[in-house]
Amino acid sequence: MDIKVVRQILEWNEDCHKELQKELNEKKVLMVNVMGSPGAGKTTFITNVINNLKSEFKIGVIEGDIAGKIDAEKIAAMGIPVVQLNTEGACHIEAMSIKNILPEFDLDNLDIIFIENIGNLVCPAEFDIGEDIKIVILSIPEGDDKVEKYPLMFMKSSALVLSKYDIKDYFKFDENRVKNNALKLNKDIKIFPVNSASGYGVEEFIKWFRNYIKR
Amino acid sequence: MHELAITENIIKICSEEAAKNKALKVKKIKILVGELTGLIPETIQYYFDIASEGTKVEGAMLNIIKVPLKIFCNGCKNTSVVKIGAFTCPICNGSDIKILGGNEFLIESMEVD
Repeated sequence: MDIKVVRQILEWNEDCHKELQKELNEKKVLMVNVMGSPGAGKTTFITNVINNLKSEFKIGVIEGDIAGKIDAEKIAAMGIPVVQLNTEGACHIEAMSIKNILPEFDLDNLDIIFIENIGNLVCPAEFDIGEDIKIVILSIPEGDDKVEKYPLMFMKSSALVLSKYDIKDYFKFDENRVKNNALKLNKDIKIFPVNSASGYGVEEFIKWFRNYIKR
Repeated sequence: MHELAITENIIKICSEEAAKNKALKVKKIKILVGELTGLIPETIQYYFDIASEGTKVEGAMLNIIKVPLKIFCNGCKNTSVVKIGAFTCPICNGSDIKILGGNEFLIESMEVD
């Protein structure tokens, strides 16, 4: 006998994602899922954005890493509440992990939570984790073919930050190739060339980002 | 890369469905996996065989159907199946496309006794 099932295999994650979104909406907290390869510059970018916004908004960070707490220590040194989430080998963060960690924060006293996902262009794209927006960081040295190779990541992100932009010419990085392919997959994606070390381009990003802040 | 966590959920969903339908044994499970998901069917079956031991779905064969990437061209209004990386309409070469299929990930049906 054949029985029809038609159930999403990731339904448990999807349910939890929606639950988190609801809770964060009620508390008027914007949650941002920051994704990208290891070494793309996720932490440096987040740090830079926080420095630009921390006088106006209350910000928290969830640092996802397979092991260790190097990045969390960097954020904590800025006086920002941070929780380290070690996945102990897992290639991505799931909504349930965020749900378990959220009680560590005082949501009534926060405006923005950044989640730094595991460095990986593949798996994190498949899991919604309660965020309002996804941001993908692609650094110049990774090459201009990454959108074609890892399409899902770019389909699901609201913004693409091209980081380490100052070294573009050394790598013969074809910016138009990335832009055209990203826009083909996702016509609403916003693309920001950024050099987090000098701060170049961050202001432009923040102008866009402010639209999502809930209070 | 994360096939084990996913396999555990396939087992959970299928066990629930089997109980709901008062099935004695689950023989086959049909799963649709879009090409964009990057999941490896062979790995899912391998994990399934181990993780399903002692459950209602033990011994079931997974029939995993890879769903190709399908696009609709807003320019020439044609639908085409394309390879990952080629996000251009193969008919008119237009790049104003919409993705219709290829990111599925669901259990479609089961064959039970």
